Amino acid sequence: MIELRDVRKTFTLHNQGAAVIDVLDRVTLSVARGECVALTGASGAGKSTLMRLIYGNYKAQGGRIEVGGVDLVTAMPREVIRVRREVLGHVSQFLRVVPRVPTLDVVADPLLLAGAAPEEAREAAAGLLERVNIPRALWSLSPTTFSGGEQQRVNIARGFVHPYPALLLDEPTASLDPANREVVLALIEEAKARGAAIVGIFHDAAARARVCDREVDVSRFAPGAAA
Amino acid sequence: MSAHAEMTPLLSVRGVSKRYGAQIGCADMSFDLYPGEVMGIVGESGSGKSTLLACLAGHLRPDTGSVLFDTRADGLRDTVRMSEPERRMMSRTDWAFVHQNPRDGLRMAVSAGGNVGERLMAVGARNYGDIRRSAVDWLDRVEIDTGRIDDRPSTFSGGMQQRLQIARNLVTGPRLVFMDEPTGGLDVSVQARLLDLLRGLVRDMGLSAIIVTHDLAVVRLLADRLMVMKSGCVVEAGLTDQVLDDPQHAYTQLLVSSVLQV
Repeated sequence: MIELRDVRKTFTLHNQGAAVIDVLDRVTLSVARGECVALTGASGAGKSTLMRLIYGNYKAQGGRIEVGGVDLVTAMPREVIRVRREVLGHVSQFLRVVPRVPTLDVVADPLLLAGAAPEEAREAAAGLLERVNIPRALWSLSPTTFSGGEQQRVNIARGFVHPYPALLLDEPTASLDPANREVVLALIEEAKARGAAIVGIFHDAAARARVCDREVDVSRFAPGAAA
Repeated sequence: MSAHAEMTPLLSVRGVSKRYGAQIGCADMSFDLYPGEVMGIVGESGSGKSTLLACLAGHLRPDTGSVLFDTRADGLRDTVRMSEPERRMMSRTDWAFVHQNPRDGLRMAVSAGGNVGERLMAVGARNYGDIRRSAVDWLDRVEIDTGRIDDRPSTFSGGMQQRLQIARNLVTGPRLVFMDEPTGGLDVSVQARLLDLLRGLVRDMGLSAIIVTHDLAVVRLLADRLMVMKSGCVVEAGLTDQVLDDPQHAYTQLLVSSVLQV
């Protein structure tokens, strides 16, 4: 479902003396349906960079990144947009939304983009908000004023509302209490059971051990590292 | 939407250049816009983004190049070489233009309902009841109290005027909307509501749009793809969040890193 082959990533900082930073080289990774892979490695090893390469908001300097059969490295913007609408979900660490839009609509949005009817989308959104324990009284408010943990749960609900065949999870259990952490782990297990291919960063070792099938240490993709 | 329908660009721009004497407005612009796509054009003042928009929308005649639009009746037509009446008809039916200043896009001495109805009448609507019903429907869609239908836009706030301008533009069901700094003159609190409204309309009507702005936050929320202009040329183009999160060109890196964090 997610296939990376010889992916290379460098940053060229034009306004800082054109410094070139090599971050990742020869990244090869394959994630099958129903499989969850944890990216590990020390801070700065390139875990987040690799996630962004797969989502397509970072541009690879070489190689192939196929998600659902589309090579995101060479795809036109509209193809990447279609893959994100239909195939590839993303739970980032931070919620980015249009201010003043009610939480229920924020969560329903991915379904609307995927073409669902408004009532159906809102119903599914309500179901997920209930599951991640966001009090009903908050649904009509914008999540921008919520606490960190609440925002994280809104983000999770938004990421799981559409049954994406591929999912990227960036610290999905961070800043959650034990009850909500349990809900999120269950959501991940359900996504795997319906065949989603998942790549995630989990600093929570127990969570990682429970939902991930294997770990990939990204430091082995450091430029110059022995292959 | 079928894969086949997506294959034909709605707008195909080829080699469009416009000079003002020795000064370059925009140089050799080429791109395709597909149905349902929203493209942002960013750049500082004088980068040529408004000149380009005016050339695309038929407000300015480019010196060279063609602007091909997939018309409903005859397929791809070069709008630069159309007759003036044809182009005017196009700008009332398939195209819409949202100006930064609503006063440029509204008739201030005509009621809100009249502003919406006038555009319908320009394309042949005659039944008063139908026109009034459409006007009420559209005021409601842009969240203007329908009780204000007979008031003149001069009595509206800036945000309401901008929403009325959008209603006037979209009532005829255009397929392509040009927007020049649509949130430019508005308070931040009003901008958010307008952005959400625009996002919903674009999604529900399957509109294609070209949005010129200098506000990177606006393009991040509205645009699928982004073109960065400097001195009349494109320096970088691509998926919006890729251009903003991982800019490749020196100028884009400078532009993105210059945004103040709040």
